Amino acid sequence: MMSQDTKKPAVKTTGHSWDGIEELSNPLPMWWVWGFYITCAFAFVYWLLYPAWPIGHMYTKGVPGLNTLTYTATSVDGKETQKTTHWNMRSKFMVEMNEHKAAQKQWFDKVASMPFAEVSKDADLMQFVNSAGKTLFSDNCAPCHQAGGQGKIKFSPNLTDDHWQYGGTYEDIHTTLVGGRRGAMPSFKAVLSGEEIVQAANYVLSLSGEPHDAGAAKAGDALFHGKAGCYACHGPDAKGMTAIGSANLTDKIWLWADVQGAKTPEAKLDEVKYVLINGANNGVMPAWGARLKPEQIKLLTVYVHDSLGGGK
Amino acid sequence: MQENQTQETEKPLYQKHIPIVTRSVAGKFRNFKTIVMVVAYIVYFGLPWIPWDRNSAVDQAILFDLTSRRFFIFDLIVYPQDIFWLAMILFIAAALLFFTTGLIGRAWCGYFCFQTLWSDLFIKIEHMIQGERPARLRLQKQPWNLEKVFKVGGSHLVMVIISVWTAITFAAYFSYAPSFVKDFFMGTAYPGGYFAVLVLTFTTYMSAGVAREQICLFACPYARFQGVMYEGDTLAVNYDVKRGEGEKGRSIPKAGLKTHEERAAAGHGDCIDCGFCVQVCPTGIDIRDGLQYQCISCGLCIDACNNIMDSVGYPRGLIRYDSETNIASDNPHPPRLEWKRLKVIGYAAALVLMTAVLGYNIGTRSNVEVNVQQVRQPLFVMLSDGSIRNRYVIHIVNKTESDEIYAIDVEGISPKALDMHYFRAVSVKAGKGLNMNATVNLSAEDALKVSKFNFVVTPASTKEAVKIEASFNSQREQH
Repeated sequence: MMSQDTKKPAVKTTGHSWDGIEELSNPLPMWWVWGFYITCAFAFVYWLLYPAWPIGHMYTKGVPGLNTLTYTATSVDGKETQKTTHWNMRSKFMVEMNEHKAAQKQWFDKVASMPFAEVSKDADLMQFVNSAGKTLFSDNCAPCHQAGGQGKIKFSPNLTDDHWQYGGTYEDIHTTLVGGRRGAMPSFKAVLSGEEIVQAANYVLSLSGEPHDAGAAKAGDALFHGKAGCYACHGPDAKGMTAIGSANLTDKIWLWADVQGAKTPEAKLDEVKYVLINGANNGVMPAWGARLKPEQIKLLTVYVHDSLGGGK
Repeated sequence: MQENQTQETEKPLYQKHIPIVTRSVAGKFRNFKTIVMVVAYIVYFGLPWIPWDRNSAVDQAILFDLTSRRFFIFDLIVYPQDIFWLAMILFIAAALLFFTTGLIGRAWCGYFCFQTLWSDLFIKIEHMIQGERPARLRLQKQPWNLEKVFKVGGSHLVMVIISVWTAITFAAYFSYAPSFVKDFFMGTAYPGGYFAVLVLTFTTYMSAGVAREQICLFACPYARFQGVMYEGDTLAVNYDVKRGEGEKGRSIPKAGLKTHEERAAAGHGDCIDCGFCVQVCPTGIDIRDGLQYQCISCGLCIDACNNIMDSVGYPRGLIRYDSETNIASDNPHPPRLEWKRLKVIGYAAALVLMTAVLGYNIGTRSNVEVNVQQVRQPLFVMLSDGSIRNRYVIHIVNKTESDEIYAIDVEGISPKALDMHYFRAVSVKAGKGLNMNATVNLSAEDALKVSKFNFVVTPASTKEAVKIEASFNSQREQH
């Protein structure tokens, strides 16, 4: 107590005194004060240039014409319109996207101007195909064909193997992409009896060296080339026809029957029987001709053919 | 007791900065500092102007090319992949700092630190334009007349000009120096360049021209933590208290206290309290108060004291490089380097080891970098004939200065199994990387046997093959 009473504050007072209590004067340091003034000046300039004050549902947009952004917007139907607005983040994003698009354009143009086979011979161009193709594929194709193009059994073909339902040349793939495909195999429930379906299924299994009943397969051979008329689509040699997308039954690749995945001969037989009984009518590839630009389809063609590695 | 506390609280906590006006001094430490300064400036200001013949970049010996993400250091090209070299260099720098500080104190601070170098130069400029310490002090007290404006303003103008050139030089390391400097003054340089020059001019001028020793005292973390590296045997700038103070303390050489013998008889020490050691100190301390955190151990007080000792005819070394232990001992030996200490030897060992590792790494760095990444979606594919396909992405980086053709092959499986499309031999541009698709097809039987094989990438010019192991996956590994 004593020491407090005797203590004289070293700090200046404002001169205000209430009941002997004095108000100390501790002014802010000048560098701080000036820092504050500078931020005020900065804020004022900022209000003039950028969107700042909210007013109800609106906001100030800066001085009109002082800080604008111009970009090209593309609508869903492909119409391009030039827009000029006050500075805002969304327009800034559009401006940057325009810039990136322009930077990509030279590569797309190069792909569009070259024959397919030439594109695949250009290492630098293939780098672009790999990266741009992956994005296009992920956006448009991956929902069915999966991210890596590996497809899904009983749903979408594997694009990384060497079998092509509708042909694996650049031109075939291009046609598939532009026009889409629709595969159809009828149900044989009404045509064949239960026993005949087992015979036909055994024959189909025998074609690709899967375990089967030799006697039933022999009977199935006759059905295939006769009463059932399978040869009409799958061909007399059962190798399928790319023109109509009928499957090659002699190779190891299966799409509609999960023969590779089935563990026992009975299960394999059941898989084939199911297709014979129910048909396979889900094979629908949509047409992309109207949805993607020609140069995008061309790039995707090269991507599917060369990057995914299945083309021939 | 209470009285004392009151006294202390009355002391203001903030002391206004007192500008330090140093006296110039001649001596061996001053000479050493000058030599270091000249060499450092020649290196710093000269390096970006050395031409160097290059194929893939501009002809500059030292170029930190941020746009192509390559650092050119003479014949060495550093790529972002070599980032761990930076970690090693930082470790080496730290070990070197610990080693020297443990051995001879803050040698970095006193002689090599750029804060010291630039402050030293700027003090020199003040000395040249405004005169010696008394003249500068007089000028400080003087009202702002034409002479003061001319001299003070002139020296700061020169400091700003040097700061600008320092900043431009720094920026020149990151671009082609001749064209950058030309563009800079033509107003056509890249905006980032102007920004860098502006910031560096400001920091150089503020640090070395205005803040000076306050950077060392308040801003620099190294200055603070180097204190803990001192040991009793560390050589540091020390004042010999016993010799300087004697029994009755220091004294000016008044009548009867002039010769060494008279002083010894009177019980006074050798310090004649001339204050020169304080006047020359760039951080404004009195070394006679003992080792202090402000001391950057530049040795200028040693020079000042030795000069005075010479003039009054006393032996040199009242202030000298010596260890705390030796100064305090009753029987001091001549100062010597005490390096046989665990800490010093440990740091030296770490230093040698890391330098050797870095040297080995740089020396054996391959001119090509190859990475093989397996495509995992899908991990493998069964083909129509039952054979198995695996796919890979091969990434080749050409680290040389010229375009190079690389042959790609496999080892451990049949070369026919590898399908590179058209790129069994591929050209990669200098300093660039390239991604390529690779496909490997193995028959069902082979696929079960092979789990590992090598990709072999051979540059056409050197024939030094790089082998990268890759794994081959098939159904077997699914279970």
